[in-house]
Amino acid sequence: MEIKSPTFKDNSAEALKDVNLQKALGKVRTGFIDKRAKAAEALPEFEDLRDRARDIKDHVLDHLDLYLERYTEKVEAAGGHVHWAETAEDARNQIMEICRRLNARTVTKGKSMITEEIGLNEFFEENGVTPVETDLGEYIIQLRGEHPSHIIAPAVHVTKDQVEEEFRAKHTHLDPNRNLEEPTTLLGEARAVLRQKYFDADVGITGANFLIAETGTSIIVTNEGNGDLTQTLPKAHIVVASIEKIVPTLEDVSQILRVLARSATGQDMSVYTTFSTGPKRDDDPDGPGEYHVILLDNGRSSMLGSDYQEMLRCIRCGACMNHCPVYHAVGGHAYGWVYPGPMGAVLTPSLIGVDKSGHLPNASTFCGRCEAVCPMRIPLPKMMRHWREREFERNLNSATVRYGLGVWAYFAKRPSLYQFMTGLSMRALGLLGRTKGRFGSLPLAGGWTKYRDLPAPEGKTFQQQWAERQKTKQREAA
Amino acid sequence: MTATSRERILAKIRTSLGRKGEDETRRDTVAERLSAHHKGIIPKRGQLSGKALTDLFCKMADSVQASVARVSSSDDVPAAVSEYLRSKNLSQQVRMGADPRLGAMPWKDQPNLEVMQGRAEGSEEAGVSHAFAGVAETGTLVLTSGNDNPTTINFLPEHHIAVVNAADIKGDMEAVWAKVRETYGEGTMPRTVNMVTGPSRSADIEQTLLLGAHGPRALHVIVVEEG
Repeated sequence: MEIKSPTFKDNSAEALKDVNLQKALGKVRTGFIDKRAKAAEALPEFEDLRDRARDIKDHVLDHLDLYLERYTEKVEAAGGHVHWAETAEDARNQIMEICRRLNARTVTKGKSMITEEIGLNEFFEENGVTPVETDLGEYIIQLRGEHPSHIIAPAVHVTKDQVEEEFRAKHTHLDPNRNLEEPTTLLGEARAVLRQKYFDADVGITGANFLIAETGTSIIVTNEGNGDLTQTLPKAHIVVASIEKIVPTLEDVSQILRVLARSATGQDMSVYTTFSTGPKRDDDPDGPGEYHVILLDNGRSSMLGSDYQEMLRCIRCGACMNHCPVYHAVGGHAYGWVYPGPMGAVLTPSLIGVDKSGHLPNASTFCGRCEAVCPMRIPLPKMMRHWREREFERNLNSATVRYGLGVWAYFAKRPSLYQFMTGLSMRALGLLGRTKGRFGSLPLAGGWTKYRDLPAPEGKTFQQQWAERQKTKQREAA
Repeated sequence: MTATSRERILAKIRTSLGRKGEDETRRDTVAERLSAHHKGIIPKRGQLSGKALTDLFCKMADSVQASVARVSSSDDVPAAVSEYLRSKNLSQQVRMGADPRLGAMPWKDQPNLEVMQGRAEGSEEAGVSHAFAGVAETGTLVLTSGNDNPTTINFLPEHHIAVVNAADIKGDMEAVWAKVRETYGEGTMPRTVNMVTGPSRSADIEQTLLLGAHGPRALHVIVVEEG
């Protein structure tokens, strides 16, 4: 997909003006947060499980080559095929080769961020294959010609009225006067339209939440059941998964599953956790005749051993964006590529380069909520800081930013001068703002005061006040 | 000979990790990890036995919008199925696989109830499966694929009725994996293992939770409590 991350600031300005988007985002700010908190609270072992989940993935990443070998062996033993793809292009070509061999015209898809990463739908359309998204949210945005704005709730930016409008426009075979007032009617309509597509499809494509080395199994975690119909009914099931999805054993995945759904939607377990191993067996009355796994690297092997290795622990639950004030304000599309929110701010520069996505690690208030809720304890703010450092080292910031930082650094390295200058300016600002108590505009701070007033300081710096208070305390104690 | 993409990816991983050539210690670590099946942290919630365990399973299944019926013998299952269909105003017709445990039940005692054998085709109102196990911790059913219980029955019919023996209800997922290894062998899995926790749902429209997305609209669990 087209990379729009370089225009993050403009994208955000547009997003803030978008009335429908702001209405839709209002529900993100409350729903996900409450549900996660309740689910976490109801399981006394939750925090310990987060530690355990982190340790499992760290162990896997340190032995990733060996686990991938073992995983491949087991997939092949079960009659499946593993295709190793270094790049998005390799993955697309491998998938297309399978589709061509099977004369596939229609392909159903379970929800998968990795097929967004490799731009699979566009590629299918260019090559005469019709991709059908079957997850309700994905289906809605496919009709709208959009990409997901959230990794687990792809249509979170769309209002119910917009869904109704889209269904009326695209489902022209249905009575134009039908009542679509209730969300449940909209769901029913999508269910009916998509049901036949599962049977028509030649190939079903899903992502994978996990790959198990012990057994050569791929796992999908869903609520709708669309992924299961997608992978069970067609002639072939293609799993697209990145190399870091590996976990050693069935026990290990069970530990991580306990933190996944709770962090994502506040469920103890998602409705369907499906373990798939190889194609249909001799005595199976149903199931796919072929089972393929596309193992995608696409830059991840270079993240190992780097400042960003820990990002490879991510299990794509979406908790970081659900708790992010920046995501709450601008939504997912503003980030301009596949992965939004804090995890996107760290992962995107690794995958497409910080030169194209430098704004993302800067789009953070460093409030730390993302790290506080990440089930895999990924230090997201720390890694965003690393990207800011890289950006600075590579001279990618604007001249103004570099000049401003240079000036600040000059004073910061000279504490007495710094205190003198800040003391002076606080006094001046305190005096100037005495009457109103706030500033409507200030030189060099137009970016701030354009949207809100700056409260006037009370005349003293923090350090001055601190010193005074310490003195008072000492006097009182004496 | 040029390296394959597999060799190139593995080489990149080893370089990034700072590994060169063979490393026996790492291989041993991985082999040990794969065979040991370390359990990790097992939540206390499910660590019960007997009736308390069954009660927890039923309570958790109910909390995820499954309906639950408890019968004292597998002989009572056909009547319970018929009763469920009646309560939902469905036709007396079910799709079912070749599971011998289901086959041994007295379906003939329900003369109005038609049992269609085989995989689901998509037009069925109701399907019946026999679960491999249950997980009390979360009210989850564990179903395994095969001729006995075709996977399509879990997803295509409007109503999914799943029978589970109380004796097969475990406290946690980890205990189910022990049973899977016992049944299918070490390192081997049935083609599909479905863990099902409640009926299909979606919250993709304005985060309003709606039941009956693409899978069954309703999940009815029949727990058989005999020994």
